[in-house]
Amino acid sequence: MKKLLLGNAAVAQGAYEAGIHFVSSYPGTPSTEITECLAKYPKEEVYVEWAPNEKVAAEAAIGAAIAGGRAMTCCKHVGLNVMADPVFTDSYIGVNGGAVFCVADDPGMHSSQNEQDSRHYAVASKIPMLEPSDSEECKEFTKKAFELSEKFDTPFFIRLQTRVSHSQSLVNIEERKEANIKPYEKNIAKNVMMPACAVKRHVVVEERTLKLKEFSNNCEFNVIENNGSDIGIITSGISYNYSKEALKNSVNYLKIGMVYPMPDEKIKEFASICKKIFVVEELDPYMETEIKALGINVLGKECFTLLGEYTPKMIKKAVLGEAEKEAFELKESIPARPPVLCPGCPHRATFYVLKKLGLTVSGDIGCYTLGAVAPLNSVDTTICMGASISAAHGMAKVRGKEFNKKLVSVIGDSTFMHSGITGLSDIVYNKGSNTVIILDNSITGMTGHQDNPTTGKTIRGEATKQVNLIKLCEGLGVEHIVVADPFDVKNFEKVVKEETERDEVSVIIAQRPCALLKSVKYEGFCTVSDKCKKCKVCMKLGCPAISVIKSSDNSGNVLNENSNGKKTDATETVVIDKTQCNGCGLCVNVCPFSAIEKRAER
Amino acid sequence: MEAKTNTNIMIVGVGGQGTLLASRILGNVAIEMGYDVKVSEVHGMSQRGGSVVTYVKYGEKVYSPIIDKGEADIILAFEQLEALRALPYLSKNGKIITNIQKINPMPVITGAAEYPQNILETLKEKCNVTVADALSLAEQAGNIKAVNVVLIGVMAKNTNIEYSVWTRVIEKTVPEKFLEVNLKAFELGYNL
Repeated sequence: MKKLLLGNAAVAQGAYEAGIHFVSSYPGTPSTEITECLAKYPKEEVYVEWAPNEKVAAEAAIGAAIAGGRAMTCCKHVGLNVMADPVFTDSYIGVNGGAVFCVADDPGMHSSQNEQDSRHYAVASKIPMLEPSDSEECKEFTKKAFELSEKFDTPFFIRLQTRVSHSQSLVNIEERKEANIKPYEKNIAKNVMMPACAVKRHVVVEERTLKLKEFSNNCEFNVIENNGSDIGIITSGISYNYSKEALKNSVNYLKIGMVYPMPDEKIKEFASICKKIFVVEELDPYMETEIKALGINVLGKECFTLLGEYTPKMIKKAVLGEAEKEAFELKESIPARPPVLCPGCPHRATFYVLKKLGLTVSGDIGCYTLGAVAPLNSVDTTICMGASISAAHGMAKVRGKEFNKKLVSVIGDSTFMHSGITGLSDIVYNKGSNTVIILDNSITGMTGHQDNPTTGKTIRGEATKQVNLIKLCEGLGVEHIVVADPFDVKNFEKVVKEETERDEVSVIIAQRPCALLKSVKYEGFCTVSDKCKKCKVCMKLGCPAISVIKSSDNSGNVLNENSNGKKTDATETVVIDKTQCNGCGLCVNVCPFSAIEKRAER
Repeated sequence: MEAKTNTNIMIVGVGGQGTLLASRILGNVAIEMGYDVKVSEVHGMSQRGGSVVTYVKYGEKVYSPIIDKGEADIILAFEQLEALRALPYLSKNGKIITNIQKINPMPVITGAAEYPQNILETLKEKCNVTVADALSLAEQAGNIKAVNVVLIGVMAKNTNIEYSVWTRVIEKTVPEKFLEVNLKAFELGYNL
């Protein structure tokens, strides 16, 4: 049976068909759906969980594999940084049951803080890496990876890119083949990586790499398509499909499905049938460098950019020199539409207050990174998961007490569990006096609503123990912990003022659930009455539903009329778009003239 | 070069408007018709009220899941400004189907930029455009969230795929409790 599947869903299907037993991951775009899809298979067949972070997830998967099960962990490219520690050493240990680390890169940074290229990790950790180019290959490569992992006694990487993860194509669905859990035997020389053992395991790793290289030269993943041309394209992943679309069968291809170790002999063979070779790969010149090291002359980054995503046209132009003109050009200047916090988002209230108080905000990774964009302009720094707390510690120590009284860290509930706890411990232990705001919206928001240790539910929606953030912070030694609802703007402002003034560490738990949760129901919508003095305090919220229109502007075809239908003689009117408004009422709370009302009916 | 056999459809809108469901319906219709299909989506941060673009491509054999500038046969726009933004992607004989809805982007709200005037007229001067008041039709169908299926209805009329194929796919794609509203929305769009 053929089915239209996301690349991520196809990876899940491949793992399922391979008889996978154990999956542990932390969500991260563009990898999230792999684990979510695996949680849809029967729990009797596959154990699936969200872990607090990628390092924990990878270690759990490694343990499951050592214990004889087939195991996987999935993450985004920057998640691989977090889990790098166990991954590098697991390369020495190898596996018992097959282990697969699936990592999704994000060229073009659709939803990421950097554009790093995960292929370097394969080289550095000496772990083989497969790279599928569409959903069918996602399934097949993942399935094969488990088998090969056991055959070569090594974990395998599967590398995806956003356009592979998040595009759907047809997949041949097959039956699950049960893989028996292998016997567990104590093996200190293999599984205890202290120097005496590791020295010997390193020898094994180098021997294994030679075998894998031989395999790479003869495997089904690396394929030459000889179309009798003088021009050759060496490519992998999504770039293969872009190249095929652009150049069809007018050139020869070497499609690399196993990107580490590279197939040196096959590359030499391909070079012998081509006069001119282009290497087409997004991000870094990884393959290009490896190929040039073989003494083969190829064209790579002198023709293609190091930045962002490629397109078929870009490839056509680089290879054939054809620049096609588009039928329609756009001369009009068009306003950008950057992402914004959703209507009803609890973070909006928090940032409104932080901006009003003129605080320096050490930010973190999540929807609330959007607190940096206009008009909130609140966030000062965003580095990586957890850095809001630890970076603020460094800031405070360098700039002193007075600066610290105008400094807060903001971090989501899930991100706090991921890697905020250690930062907070650092501050308490080292006598800091920072204020940390935990944005507790009862869910992992940005990646699309995943449960985490603070939500009281597992990935399968089963009830479980819930982390008590207050007791957790108390346990770390924090003596001042306040829970406050940011939508009660006045009180929240008072709390933030008091806590930042303190010469001791304090934690504010800003509690209000994500507006997109099904359990959150705001009634009706908000509307502006003729009491409006056009002070535009509500505009400072940056709510996408509220805008100012000029009375001469007739573009507002979906906008509410001023509630009494009366046009004032001023040229400006503040209006609320009822298709955007979800009735959260935050604007009602901040309006100094009680000019915004809530209406029940739609 | 082989003759062009693939159909390229680009769906553009604002995060939260339901473009993903529209692309999934379209993808499944193409499968019903026995085509090779690729659908490319956007997830994560861009979904939060930003411009969203999905590509649906079907035909004999589809390689790239994305559509380049100048190659969209149909642009299905959920919002006027997004229709204009997508114009360079339209092929020479392509067609734009656009909702008349306007949603102000944040730079317009903050006053840093202006929402362009007379977008529909601008588009009509340049290319083949069908305009729909999908929001009113969705409201008429019983739920303003059904804008996506209204627009799918308008688009369906512009293909030679049978009515029953579309409704069959909608029945399979949409949750049971929203089915009636969505079938009504489709019908209203189709009979525009």
